[in-house]
Amino acid sequence: MDFNDTPQEAEFRAEARAWLEDNAERKAPGKVYKYRRGEPELIPAARAWEARKFESGFAGIALPTEYGGRGETRLQQIIFAEEEINYLIPPPVFTISHGMAVPTLLTYATEEQKQRYVPATLRGDEIWCQMFSEPVAGSDLAGLRTRSVRDGDDWIINGQKIWTSGAHYADMAILVTRSDPDAPKHKGLTYFFLDMTSPGIEVRPIRQISGYSNFNEVFMTDLRIPDSQRLGDVGQGWQVAITTLMNERVSSGIRPAPDFEDIFDLVRMTELENGPAVADGAVREKLADWYIKAQGVKLIRARLMTALSRGERPGPENSVSKLVSSFRRQEIAHFGMDLLDMGGGMMDPERAPMRAMYQQALLDAPGGRIAAGSDEILRNIISERVLGLPPDIRVDKELPFDQLPSGR
Amino acid sequence: MNFDFSEEQYLLRDQAKRFLADRSTPAVVRAVLEDEAKPYDEDLWRGMAELGWLGTAIPEEYGGAGMSGEDLCVIAEELGRSLAPTPFSSSVYMATEALLMAGSDQQKQDYLPALAMGERIGCMAVSEGIGVTDAASINTRANEGVIEGAKVPVADGDVADFAVVLAAQGNSGDTSLFLVELNDDSVRREAVEMVDPTRSHVEMTFEGTAAELLGEPGEGWSITQAVFDRAAILMAFEQVGGAQACLDMAVDYAKNRFAFGRAIGSYQAIKHKLADIYVATELARANAYYGAWALATDAPDLATAAAAARVAASEAYNLAARENIQTHGGMGFTWEFDCHLYYRRAKLLSLALGGERKWKDRLVSQLEARNSSGEE
Repeated sequence: MDFNDTPQEAEFRAEARAWLEDNAERKAPGKVYKYRRGEPELIPAARAWEARKFESGFAGIALPTEYGGRGETRLQQIIFAEEEINYLIPPPVFTISHGMAVPTLLTYATEEQKQRYVPATLRGDEIWCQMFSEPVAGSDLAGLRTRSVRDGDDWIINGQKIWTSGAHYADMAILVTRSDPDAPKHKGLTYFFLDMTSPGIEVRPIRQISGYSNFNEVFMTDLRIPDSQRLGDVGQGWQVAITTLMNERVSSGIRPAPDFEDIFDLVRMTELENGPAVADGAVREKLADWYIKAQGVKLIRARLMTALSRGERPGPENSVSKLVSSFRRQEIAHFGMDLLDMGGGMMDPERAPMRAMYQQALLDAPGGRIAAGSDEILRNIISERVLGLPPDIRVDKELPFDQLPSGR
Repeated sequence: MNFDFSEEQYLLRDQAKRFLADRSTPAVVRAVLEDEAKPYDEDLWRGMAELGWLGTAIPEEYGGAGMSGEDLCVIAEELGRSLAPTPFSSSVYMATEALLMAGSDQQKQDYLPALAMGERIGCMAVSEGIGVTDAASINTRANEGVIEGAKVPVADGDVADFAVVLAAQGNSGDTSLFLVELNDDSVRREAVEMVDPTRSHVEMTFEGTAAELLGEPGEGWSITQAVFDRAAILMAFEQVGGAQACLDMAVDYAKNRFAFGRAIGSYQAIKHKLADIYVATELARANAYYGAWALATDAPDLATAAAAARVAASEAYNLAARENIQTHGGMGFTWEFDCHLYYRRAKLLSLALGGERKWKDRLVSQLEARNSSGEE
């Protein structure tokens, strides 16, 4: 067992750190990045940050050089991410673009398409959104209803997507549709990519409980997509979607604040009746619990890195990490605000500590437990795929899609 | 980065697993549970000695195998899984570690070869009863090579040949460690009823017993802490092994027990409970692995790693043990089913080196010290 970097890894880490030192401001207690999620200034700032990384060879670290990547290992990609979070950088805007769209394109797109889209995406020129979920198909994604009908060299799409993060600023999209309603639900799907400026698309931002709009409803009315933009075979959309989702679970390694280090900062800054909050027994119990979880997640990622460096496939590590981290974030948000007592409800970034990080997280955290595999779906994945317990009762698997019962 | 045990360590684990599956069966554990005259399984103990496990981390010059703390962790996990009813933790994690850490060369030569062979058993006597144990609470006193006082509970105190005893000396709060031979008329040992009878404990009373200083005078409490840190990591592996055993039992039962026409493991109420145990166990395992590395390399953050491993493993094992009973329903509550063996052991292990509250506090203290020294 060895938790130290190999000489090669250490060299790369030093290079990454030196570059970050020159190009970004290091985090300090109480300091946060200038734009929060949902603020319009964030998008150009995030594009500029990606472009800067791209020019210096720190974008697409594990991707082939012919598509604008660095051609190195996933381990190095993780090392860069580990270093990057120590700096004040834009909250993630490119997670779907880099983590989901690019790997799917690399697996299923033509050579010409890869050349056209992958470098542009890595450079920050193109932001992608993922049009998967629908009003009646969330956790049960394969229940989606958006119809695709072949029309010559095109497909005509009608339907509605929902919870589409970033659709209001995305340039491109990946899309799963139902091309055959007579087939069982997993077998009648077809997958495409498209330009978000195509006629027939209407994006309506959804106002979240935070007041911001990070995700949207997307309505498609007689939207035309050329057949050349189909990814995978007709009827194979489910397999392509699985490729995308597997990458989602690998890519979402970085967790939004506040995490252990943030609450540890706050409890040392906050005075309670009998001295600093960090000296309070109840506070210390919580801190210990959050530390072992934060540290556990970090170490589980180390195990993932070990597996990747041996060329092994990742296991359930990301399901565990996401389940643990998104719940912990919500707990920390509640607890951090409680420490602030009667003033804890203030959300004004000029008044609340750390630019209202805790208050912001209170209203943001519920989404983290739902998006990208809800707590419940992740527990199902763990219990079925890791522990080998029987699957849930499924009455829908073999029935033709158009004969399935539907509730609200 | 290599966050995994080596191939040799996997071989060691397989050997341990096979040996314990054969020799530390539930029947063996129950024999110790149900027979008050049987403090531990002697055959099992002899077998462990023959395999060289007792001297795993003892250097070769003192008759051990000269292997690393990581190897001992591999064995500990399997001991925890099989509930091995032996004085392993007392003799190996405590007495041996204390001697390795603080013993003079002469003391190491006197004690370690016999410990490695299993010819002698050691134990460590710190607690003096109900309530918090710290340097100021110690009433056992040592004066001019003689010790007076009572320690309780002392794990394996009935079968040990000698004890490492924490005693006060000189001014209040000054403590030192002593090596005390137990086969002496001035030592009284009385069995104490414990929540887990598969591990025997006594009240040990010294009435003018000869005591030999171990380590520097006045350093008793700090050496004890350092021994406990290392023992916490080893015990965390026992706890992870135990938690995994509970999870395996619960999963197996949930697959095979039917209610309302289906396996109970197909209902989310059970599936999600078991997923939560898996998550807690994986977090504990990750923290324990880091501890193993810290143990083997004597890492500067060993104390932090130990506290994190201890807290995570205590929580995971207690959770797994109680929810294993819950998953088994009424049968899990019977003497006949093995669920209670783990339930008892889980609680005992989480108290043995001090309770969870204390270790959580210690963890945060370590983190505060790390931050104020400016390290990351």
